[in-house]
Amino acid sequence: RQNAHAQRIFSAKKMASRKEGTGSAATSSSSTTGPAGKGKGKGGSGDSAVKQVQIDGLVVLKIIKHYQEEGQGTEVVQGVLLGLVVEDRLEITNCFPFPQHTEDDADFDEVQYQMEMMRSLRHVNIDHLHVGWYQSTYYGSFVTRALLDSQFSYQHAIEESVVLIYDPIKTAQGSLSLKAYRLTPKLMEVCKEKDFSPEALKKGNITFEHMFEEVPIVIKNSHLINVLMWELEKKSAVADKHELLSLASSNHLGKNLQLLMDRVDEMSQDIVKYNTYMRNTSKQQQQKHQYQQRRQQENMQRQSRGEPPLPEEDLSKLFKPPQPPARMDSLLIAGQINTYCQNIKEFTAQNLGKLFMAQALQEYNN
Amino acid sequence: PASTPAPAQTPAQSLPGPALPGPFPGGRVVRLHPVILASIVDSYERRNEGAARVIGTLLGTVDKHSVEVTNCFSVPHNESEDEVAVDMEFAKNMYELHKKVSPNELILGWYATGHDITEHSVLIHEYYSREAPNPIHLTVDTSLQNGRMSIKAYVSTLMGVPGRTMGVMFTPLTVKYAYYDTERIGVDLIMKTCFSPNRVIGLSSDLQQVGGASARIQDALSTVLQYAEDVLSGKVSADNTVGRFLMSLVNQVPKIVPDDFETMLNSNI
Repeated sequence: RQNAHAQRIFSAKKMASRKEGTGSAATSSSSTTGPAGKGKGKGGSGDSAVKQVQIDGLVVLKIIKHYQEEGQGTEVVQGVLLGLVVEDRLEITNCFPFPQHTEDDADFDEVQYQMEMMRSLRHVNIDHLHVGWYQSTYYGSFVTRALLDSQFSYQHAIEESVVLIYDPIKTAQGSLSLKAYRLTPKLMEVCKEKDFSPEALKKGNITFEHMFEEVPIVIKNSHLINVLMWELEKKSAVADKHELLSLASSNHLGKNLQLLMDRVDEMSQDIVKYNTYMRNTSKQQQQKHQYQQRRQQENMQRQSRGEPPLPEEDLSKLFKPPQPPARMDSLLIAGQINTYCQNIKEFTAQNLGKLFMAQALQEYNN
Repeated sequence: PASTPAPAQTPAQSLPGPALPGPFPGGRVVRLHPVILASIVDSYERRNEGAARVIGTLLGTVDKHSVEVTNCFSVPHNESEDEVAVDMEFAKNMYELHKKVSPNELILGWYATGHDITEHSVLIHEYYSREAPNPIHLTVDTSLQNGRMSIKAYVSTLMGVPGRTMGVMFTPLTVKYAYYDTERIGVDLIMKTCFSPNRVIGLSSDLQQVGGASARIQDALSTVLQYAEDVLSGKVSADNTVGRFLMSLVNQVPKIVPDDFETMLNSNI
């Protein structure tokens, strides 16, 4: 289901970029357009085109609101990011949500929704350049094939695009969790070939660490928004709930570990599959070898008897080589395990600090 | 000023003001989410050359006690001395698009930047009365009159002598701010840009966040301590309610036997 959604986003975006190329006049001078556009660092350069992502406060609030109102449980909410590119910085100035994929809405044209939305936003002078997309995540599990595909199509068309991952559960625990990811140039190359066999991946020298790169985020507000913030603070002093200092953590940790264990299980299954494949291949090689030898022997015997040798048979037809398993899945699983571990690491660091503080408080009390 | 709902009176043909179907739904409280205000300010910053203000539609939900505004979008319009034109087609289209994402949101009214209600506002208000029963009107003062960005909400009521030409009066409503928990955390973070020189902040790492939160509690504690000392030295008269809060605060640190605490601590680690 997620895959279908990702495909739709991609096709919508493709249409958008095509229209952009023909329709729009000069927008901001430093923005890039679709595939026909220029862009520094295009092509197989080792350097990434985006060094920093700058997000307007408004976008953060909108993403939070979207998840809060439309997301339940493990459903992910997605949306489109709009903005522009300034030198090596990606500025995200606005965003709009994408409707949930509903089965009973078969005639809902997502491409059209996107086109209409962008056209309307252009009328009110909002940057209408697609620079990426955002997605919410459940406990940090976002390294999936669907995400890879979507991000690849985005990055293929617009070099500087990013995917923003918003973690609502971590945010509810006290601090905003928003990360920006891009695919590394190496991974882009591999995806372009669409060849995920073991040899290709080894050639590309890809390990799970080289799949995604995280881009640092800064948040920027205009002066007027700052004034607004001061006003709000004066008027609506909402009491701080200090969730960040809460000691109750085992639930969260437990869920994280559960997901981690599931992934490790999948990983081991995958490894077993790969090993069987290797074993099968080598067994087959042996069989081929034996067959060849027998053939040769027979031929020699026949020659000694003066009979014509048996025709050489196509060995590959006799021994069909087994299918090599796609290695991309295991890469993704490894990447996901890595993300889980990082999350757990951050989480436990915070908790250890809090526990030690509680200890100090107790000692003082006694 | 009492607002007499006049449902039985179908307005006469010479009426300049909007027809009101009934009392304001949902009491007299308007609850705003911060994303609305940020969005309004952003549209104001992106207004066309020569436009003095921007207007837009407010979306949200109504319940018995209040009206909650959860979303908004700006609508292109043209305003000159004598006339005003609003692109209602655009407004309708945007509303349809928004409904696809959040089908529960209704049109609640409209907003405008600026510090006053002009005659054009009355006309625009009439446009919106066709979309929503008894729309609310929100003003956000981006021109910062009196050094403040005042945020006010109004609903329009008929006034005048019944049977004759009726006028329209905008009566103010109470504005409250509603935050989801995650929104509050987001706003706290965004607010930090007020303190940084080029209005840019990064996201802090894990232990830094705990440090930040503890610093905030420390500040709060020092304020409380200051207050206690003032009372003791007689500078401020003692207040019983505050005293009771202080008592419950001190008692909240649980008194646990040291050994039990050690085991609890080690098991958690």
